[in-house]
Amino acid sequence: MDFELAEEQKIVRRTVREFAEREIAPKAKEYDEREEFPWEIVEKLFEQGIMGALIPPEYGGSGMDSVSQTIAIEEVARACAGTAMTLAIHSSLCTYAILKYGSDEQKEKFLPKLAKDTVGAFSLTEPEAGSDPSGMRTTATLDGDEYVLNGTKIFVTNGGVAGLVIVFARTPAEEAKRSITAFLVEKGTPGLKVGKKESKLGIRSSNTTELILEDCRVPKENVLGGVGEGYRIALASLDSGRVGIAAQSLGIAQAALDASIRYSKERVQFGSPIARFQAIQWMIADMATEIEAARLLTYKAAYLRGKGERFTKEAAMAKLYASEVAMRAARNAVQIHGGYGFTREYEVERLFRDAKGTEIYEGTSEIQRMVIAGQLLR
Amino acid sequence: MHVIVCVKQVPSVEKVRVDPETGRIAREEAPTMINPEDRNALEEALRVKEKLGWKVTALSMGPPQAEEALREALAMGADHAVLVSDPALAGSDAFVTSRVLAEAARRLQPFKLILCGSRSVDGETGMVGIQLAEELGLPQVTWAVNLTVEGDTVTAGRWVDGWYEVVEARLPAVVTVVGEINKPRYPTMRGIMEACRRKTVEVVTLKDLGIPPSSVGLNGSLTVVERVFQPERRRGGIVLRGSVDELARKVAEVIVRELARG
Repeated sequence: MDFELAEEQKIVRRTVREFAEREIAPKAKEYDEREEFPWEIVEKLFEQGIMGALIPPEYGGSGMDSVSQTIAIEEVARACAGTAMTLAIHSSLCTYAILKYGSDEQKEKFLPKLAKDTVGAFSLTEPEAGSDPSGMRTTATLDGDEYVLNGTKIFVTNGGVAGLVIVFARTPAEEAKRSITAFLVEKGTPGLKVGKKESKLGIRSSNTTELILEDCRVPKENVLGGVGEGYRIALASLDSGRVGIAAQSLGIAQAALDASIRYSKERVQFGSPIARFQAIQWMIADMATEIEAARLLTYKAAYLRGKGERFTKEAAMAKLYASEVAMRAARNAVQIHGGYGFTREYEVERLFRDAKGTEIYEGTSEIQRMVIAGQLLR
Repeated sequence: MHVIVCVKQVPSVEKVRVDPETGRIAREEAPTMINPEDRNALEEALRVKEKLGWKVTALSMGPPQAEEALREALAMGADHAVLVSDPALAGSDAFVTSRVLAEAARRLQPFKLILCGSRSVDGETGMVGIQLAEELGLPQVTWAVNLTVEGDTVTAGRWVDGWYEVVEARLPAVVTVVGEINKPRYPTMRGIMEACRRKTVEVVTLKDLGIPPSSVGLNGSLTVVERVFQPERRRGGIVLRGSVDELARKVAEVIVRELARG
């Protein structure tokens, strides 16, 4: 048992923190207000090798370990949760799925792009199918050497900015669980259209859109992990995605705590800084304790993922707990800031809106509890 | 061909606290970093490397923990790292530090250039780079805001009392740089992985350098820091309110009172 981070993990934390504080944090407010995708920042994340965190060096990536990648997402989220969303989906979901299920040819073709300049997306949700994919309507029909995809996907993170999307579609099979297939669909494929862009409460700098597939022809060799494997791939990738969202939640929670400590030491009422009041101290003590617990859960899930062990339950626990901690921490941070916390002037207002999202996407808290219970009561 | 960059591990400035009882910097609790201007020096060395293909060696003197700073230098792109570490070095002043670094540099010969930050944010003496050049008997240019290496010379620009000076020195030379010279790169993730997995920090002791322990540390130092303290906070200003006449009278009163106090 060793709770000490490895040297590389410590340097990753310090480097990404400094990078995020200088290059991301000063712009987070503006991107949030304008609901604009932070291309300039994402390009720098590519340059620094943060987008290519999990990709091995032979494909042009950074070859980081699973925990280091998680720390990087956490530190980016501490500065801007929207940017961290882009990163988490690109890395923990899209890249992870290709690393785990891609053929050698697919890895050679797509991983160097995902490491260099191509944003990845993961497109499962539909109007009738969310955490329950049985209602999925998008179909894929084999025609010669190509599959023809038809349907509409919604809430696709990075939908409008991605160069590569993993699209899940129905391929008829007798067994229900074998009737979904994952496809690697490149931007510019005829028939792939970006639909409505969502206007959101939080995580506003991340790009969330509809994707419309109209006779979208995808070559057979772009099937990821085999025909009928989509359901399994979706579930396994979501485990990894949840570790990413747990890390994002941690970053939000930490930012809320940092802001609360700073403000409560400065803000004077009744002749002393409000940090002297027990009511504030207890909030800060609880926040810090919960964040530490969430961090341990998250790193453990990341560690198991890195070792290639099963981590479904741990990922769900980390995501559930960290997202709820983020919400509580952000709520108390607003409370500590009083009237100022309710204004757009202060960062905690954005953290409050951003935190809410983490309890919803990548499986709501309720779904996480179902997953955890399912693992325990098998 | 190679460039030596002197790197010091310092406590993060904004987090540093002076223990009011002992008057010493509470180093244990402060996170550390590479001294900012040393990072500028390293960046400049990496640019020389990119242009001329020279190797870059990061050199530091410090406790074993300073390895972390050197690891970061390797992550930024330095090829080699050498840490001079020895318990006897504790308490060494700038004079001793520059002598030890000079000895370490001699063992790294042949080098073409030594780059240093002009001063560290914790000690602030601004002496090590200068004394290092003296120890080695090399030409030096201080406070460089730009530099170019060409053939056997280094040309550096520096600001002195509002004048801009361009100085040329024959290599090998020592150049100290200031923050304006560049914006240091962030280590890439791949750089970090390589620095931690494939590169090594060579640790050398006083014995390796042939320096007697009695000549370093507090013993060998020419200067002693008597006291470190946080200066007393200045009192806040006084706000006077009233009509012009009243104000004039109040101001006069304050002046008289303050004068009376001496």
